[in-house]
Amino acid sequence: MADFDEELDASSLNCPLPILRAKKALAGMSSGQVLHIIATDPGSVKDFEAFAKQTGNELLESKEAGGKFEFLIKKA
Amino acid sequence: MSDEKKLAIIATKGTLDWGYPPFILASTAAALGYEVEVFFTFYGLQLLKKKIDVKVSPLGNPGMPMPMAMDKWFPTLFTALPGMEAMMTSMMKAKMKAKGVASLEDLRELCQEAEVKMIACQMTVDLFDLNPSDFIDGIEFGGAATFFEFAGDADITLFV
Repeated sequence: MADFDEELDASSLNCPLPILRAKKALAGMSSGQVLHIIATDPGSVKDFEAFAKQTGNELLESKEAGGKFEFLIKKA
Repeated sequence: MSDEKKLAIIATKGTLDWGYPPFILASTAAALGYEVEVFFTFYGLQLLKKKIDVKVSPLGNPGMPMPMAMDKWFPTLFTALPGMEAMMTSMMKAKMKAKGVASLEDLRELCQEAEVKMIACQMTVDLFDLNPSDFIDGIEFGGAATFFEFAGDADITLFV
C-alpha cells in the first residue's frame, strides 16, 4: 500500500458504518490527503467505489488480503 | 446549497426490523452529500422516542429465518404464543450485535450528527396521545404539507 495520512479501522463493522466512519474521518482531513481504510464487510468493496464516485473523493486503491478489505481514498 | 441532491423518506413502521431502512438510507445519503428529511408517521413515531423500544415478531412473517429451522416445522399458530415476540427480539438483537450491525439508536444519532431533518407527524402524535417530551430533541412537528414542501423538490422519495 502506498503512503497515507490517516487510518481508519472499520473491521467487524457492517453496512453502513464503514462508509459513515470514512465520511467522518475525511471531514477532518485536508484536500489531497489520503485515508487508509480497513474493513471486513465484503459489501464495502462496491460501496466504497460508489462512495468515491458520488462524493468526488478519489479511490486510489482497493484490495483484499486475508479476509480484509483495504482502501485508499484521496480527499477531493 | 441548492444543487444538493435531496432524499425524502416516510417512515411508517415501528418494528425492530423495519426501523432500519429509514435510518440506514438517511445516514448513508447524508454521507454522500444528500440533504435528507424523514417524516415519521403512525407506528414510525416509535423510532423517535428517547428510548427506542421496538420488537420484531415472527407472527405473520413467513420469510423470517428462525433458529433450529423452526420456520420449517413449527406451526404458525405457535408464533402467537406469549413470549415468542420477546424471544425473537432478543435473539435478533444478539445476532445484530454479533454481526457488527449498529443499533437503531446509534444510527439515529449518526443521522442527527449528519443533520438529517426529522419530522414527527403532528396528527398521529395527537391521535395516539403521545407525549412530545418522550421524543428526542432536535425534531420538528408537522403535517402532510410540511412533508411536501421538501419532498416536492426531492430527487428520491421513499415510503417505508
